[in-house]
Amino acid sequence: MKAAKFEYILAESIEQVVQVLDQGDGEAIVIAGGQTLMPMLSMRLARPETVIDINKIAELSGIEVTADEVIIKACTRQAEALASPEIQTRLPLLAKAISYVGHQQTRNRGTVGGSLSHADPASEIPLAALAMDAHVSLRSAAGARRVAMADYFLGPMMTARADNEVLLAVHFPLPQGDVRVGTAFHEVSERRGDFAVVAAAAHIQLDKDGICSNAALAIGGADSVPLRMTALEDRLRGDAITPERIQAVLADVANALTPGNDQHASAAYRRRVATVLAERALTEAAAEAQE
Amino acid sequence: MNMERNLHYVATKRRVREDKRFVTGQGKYVQDVNLPDTKHAAVLPSPYPRARILSIETAAAEALDGVQMVLTGAQLAEDCNPIRLGLKLPEINWYPLAVGMTCYVGEWVAIVVADNAYIAEDALDLIEVDYEPLQPIVDPEQAFDETELLVHPGHGSNVLYHGNFLWGDVDSDFAGADDNLSFRARWGRSSTVPIETFGALARWDEGTEILDIWASIQMPNFVELMASTLGYPLNCIRLHQDVDVGGSYGVKRGIKQSVLVGYLSRKLRVPVRFIEDRLANMAGSDAHGPDRIFDTEVAFNKDGVIKSIKIRALDDAGAYPGRAPFQLAKPISAIVGPYKINSVKYEAISVCTNKSGQVPVRGFGQAPTNYMIEMAVDNVARHLGLDRLEIRRRNLIQPDEFPYQIPPGSKYDSGNYPVVLQKGLDLAGYDELLARRDKARAEGRLAGIGIATVLEPGGGNNIFEYLMDPSAEITTFMEGCEVRVDAQGNITGIMGTTTSGQGHETMMATILGEELQIDPDEIRIVHSDSLNALPTRSPIASRMAIMLGSAAAGAAGKIKDRAMAIAAHNLDRPVAELEYSGGTISDRNDPGHKLTWAEVCFIAYRAYHKLPDGMEPGFQAQYVFQVPGGGQLPDENNRVQVYPCFSFQAHVPYVEIDPGTGRVSVLDYAIAHDCGTVINPDIVRGMVIGGLAHGIGAALYEKFAYDDEGQFLSATFADYLMPSVHEIPDVKDVEHCTPSPLTSHGQKGSGEGGYLGAPAAIASAVNDALHPLGLHISELPMRMHKIEALINDGNT
Amino acid sequence: MSEAMRKIEISLTINGRTQTLAVEPRLSLSDMLRDELRLNGTHIGCEHGVCGACSILLDGVPIRSCLMLAVQADGHQITTVEGMCNEDQTPGILQEAFQDAHGMQCGYCTPGMLISAQALLTANNDPSLEEIKDAIGGNLCRCTGYTQIIESIQLAASRMREAG
Repeated sequence: MKAAKFEYILAESIEQVVQVLDQGDGEAIVIAGGQTLMPMLSMRLARPETVIDINKIAELSGIEVTADEVIIKACTRQAEALASPEIQTRLPLLAKAISYVGHQQTRNRGTVGGSLSHADPASEIPLAALAMDAHVSLRSAAGARRVAMADYFLGPMMTARADNEVLLAVHFPLPQGDVRVGTAFHEVSERRGDFAVVAAAAHIQLDKDGICSNAALAIGGADSVPLRMTALEDRLRGDAITPERIQAVLADVANALTPGNDQHASAAYRRRVATVLAERALTEAAAEAQE
Repeated sequence: MNMERNLHYVATKRRVREDKRFVTGQGKYVQDVNLPDTKHAAVLPSPYPRARILSIETAAAEALDGVQMVLTGAQLAEDCNPIRLGLKLPEINWYPLAVGMTCYVGEWVAIVVADNAYIAEDALDLIEVDYEPLQPIVDPEQAFDETELLVHPGHGSNVLYHGNFLWGDVDSDFAGADDNLSFRARWGRSSTVPIETFGALARWDEGTEILDIWASIQMPNFVELMASTLGYPLNCIRLHQDVDVGGSYGVKRGIKQSVLVGYLSRKLRVPVRFIEDRLANMAGSDAHGPDRIFDTEVAFNKDGVIKSIKIRALDDAGAYPGRAPFQLAKPISAIVGPYKINSVKYEAISVCTNKSGQVPVRGFGQAPTNYMIEMAVDNVARHLGLDRLEIRRRNLIQPDEFPYQIPPGSKYDSGNYPVVLQKGLDLAGYDELLARRDKARAEGRLAGIGIATVLEPGGGNNIFEYLMDPSAEITTFMEGCEVRVDAQGNITGIMGTTTSGQGHETMMATILGEELQIDPDEIRIVHSDSLNALPTRSPIASRMAIMLGSAAAGAAGKIKDRAMAIAAHNLDRPVAELEYSGGTISDRNDPGHKLTWAEVCFIAYRAYHKLPDGMEPGFQAQYVFQVPGGGQLPDENNRVQVYPCFSFQAHVPYVEIDPGTGRVSVLDYAIAHDCGTVINPDIVRGMVIGGLAHGIGAALYEKFAYDDEGQFLSATFADYLMPSVHEIPDVKDVEHCTPSPLTSHGQKGSGEGGYLGAPAAIASAVNDALHPLGLHISELPMRMHKIEALINDGNT
Repeated sequence: MSEAMRKIEISLTINGRTQTLAVEPRLSLSDMLRDELRLNGTHIGCEHGVCGACSILLDGVPIRSCLMLAVQADGHQITTVEGMCNEDQTPGILQEAFQDAHGMQCGYCTPGMLISAQALLTANNDPSLEEIKDAIGGNLCRCTGYTQIIESIQLAASRMREAG
């Protein structure tokens, strides 16, 4: 388990990164925290010609809060995001999700952008970002663009980011107006710290009368990409969220998913457990919003 | 043997001497041995479970800068013999590299030697193998029946061993019993999976014609197997046993790895080292454990008294059996567990399949057997509506019945099973635990308490081989200890084997200190190399406290005898009138008339004229301890004493199951443990709890999984799930001491115990939790998706 | 792939000593520590970031050294188990506590455990059981079942509190 040879470039600027990627013809790859890339290099599942290190680019690290969004730069460590009071108060769902990511040793090195770039269908940060209507900003030599999470995940470990693009940041919109927000993140894995077998992220907004003005439920690990349960969300909006209401919409979860089979769980398991976790996440998020 | 005597060091909490080097980063593992000019090896795995190797193209790899050699199985087989298997299976040729055929995914097809491991792996990329894939045999029951699809066609079938044993009148016990039941239980393919993989470093010395080897090894016969495979005389190989082994629990038996580096080192005339990486280890190390299907029938009376048991065990040994079939034979030591069962029928079958090979795992087949026995007892209780404790109380061997001979002939040395069980229940707070369970159930949760009362046979004894192969007339299973006293009077104890976390150095120093009345911290303990070593059978079989401990006591006794003889001669008193105290020997009637330890040592080394007539100069002693109860061949009814000492434990875990996800949480765990005299309490406690955690892994998480096509699915630690600290509950433990009459200080084995009971106990708890739903699971590991399917889908 | 892979010169501080060396880009930090610097206390168990045996402190926080390139350590401070001893090379409080409570058996996972525990206790010398479990949750031990490791950390914490 020793990596194949590659060139290493310690990038000093974003311009340099996009230039190298542009010339790399798909054979250049960005390393940030390395927590998913390093095993792939060691197992020679990834054999890039060039590895571009973005750890020293100051503008790719840090958390910014504006009036309408929280911006987490790509190279921000998961541990930093988890410990950030801004994240805990403004993006509680993300904080809940990150607490399930790996262990302190991997969170100290692993980055928020790295997790979104790797895009494992069962990983937590992409799921939370999807539930929160986040988008990523991408940059290539041709320019910058934004991609909404809804359009970002294309398949297992496949995203809308082109080989010549670098992920700069992820933008989380902040709820606007007089709303009460409740969030919940539930996952099941055999051991704590493992990738989820199935996970559910719920983000619920109630207006001042307790009526659901916006609901988001995302399921991970039960399809080739993390998925929003849009039909269910539509049915939740416009009413108070009660246990009966949740029960009434839950069947939509199983209908929306096409899970796979592997040694850790059957497709049937994933479908059933997605429903179970969806119920728990919705119930908990609704209760939190109602507090 | 003197149980009453006042012990100074044995059974006293003292630091474990090995620990200091480990906490400072000074442990010396095989990876840490650095020899000049060492070259590094890497192996090429087969991607197919079964394929003909049509050709291997190595020229490009050999041409790479920094590559010394590429070796294939065909080349190797010209120069070496197949590795000797446990059973005589002459048509199954196990070579370190595949020859002509690959028999499982991950089997090593070629090995590269290069300047470093990175270059070696670069070279692997350049080797081209042309395979003709063939249909594999994956399912063990299919393998048993199969006549066409054979893993080793020359062998004529996939059956490695098929034997029937009958001890007592099973038919009449079944006919006379009130009732009977049958069930199937399945033990999954897991293993011990130490955090250190296997590694070996070899250096051929042309000047001395000795092959030096450093290896992460824990096995008897290692050097013999290397010698027979390489075709060398036994005394041509020198195994350095002062290497710290990073965990083993049975599996560190890297014979093929060691043969490879030995062969390559002699070929290349440089030191060659091969440290398995995790992928090579999981898929290709032939280090998987038992994978067993039990079909069991039990006959019992209405009062719960179990009369007889019929067991059929079908075990999947993988492609190369090694000593795997014997893991069906050793449990004959305790085939009825701690229960008075009058007769036993045992059908043992070992088959090969296209999977990585099976290696001895902690307990050598006892953990699966105990799991099955405990399930039998629980099932009878459930069938009769009896409490699981009550049925155990009615069947347990009672303390006044020892030594107790079981139907296959072994006599259990000592024990007090009801008292230890009660201690376990008291520790668990059993009544409160019942209330907690019932409250959880009332609140709609699935909660269960597990009960397991199991034995840990300790001490070893190869005689089980004879039960499978009567040409294996091996009736000794010994361990040697040497003690040297130098001219200054310092004491050095020498063991002839390695240590892999069990604290043998501490154990040996404690016993030598106890016997010689000297602070163990002042005693040096070393590991001799294999050319210097007294006979040893290595740290298997929960045997080192029993065997090395008793050998150390024996050697210390000889040292004392010699000192007394020197003193008697010089003090002009008979030995009987002398007293030994902390090395000083004095006249009982005149304490001032004495010889100090320094004076004894001076006489031994310098003053030949003061030695008794005929005594050799110098001051050393050797003692080789034969296994108690060994030395016998089985009688005509296959009855024989297998292992000598029997430790006992009662496990009481508490679990809850999330009915929505099937996830099991082990929330509490109490264990009462009796291994006779505990030599070092911290060591014993650590191994008990550690074994228990290992057992929780086997019960709930760990499996080497293959798909129906023979593809291997568990090559990484992300797929083979060993428990982390979060999956292990806070364990409460208590010791009880029923000394063994067979050992120096009453000690028994303790290295396997937790593992031999935890899987049974967790299964008992899970089934207790599922009981209100009328459900039952009898397959390990009890992964959450299986339990969830049972609850919510009506099938597994 | 280009033929001659250049080595890259890096400079870093390991266990208080600044060192400069040239490394191949693909060399992992764990291999550099062991093979280039002979700091054999850092152990390799899986090389894919699960077992935690290779844990070290990078600028005071625990990370997996198998999941980092050696070149990425340029300019950083690293502490390995060897660097946890007192200045006179005697074992530190945590290392003493692991001996007193026998928080190990084979010793292979021990350096990683010590690193994780050290990071915890440096930040918090009165950790709860849950905090201890979280700190070592990413370090697999096959021998002990963790109980005596937890007790070792609790013992060290109490001694640290006494020492102030």
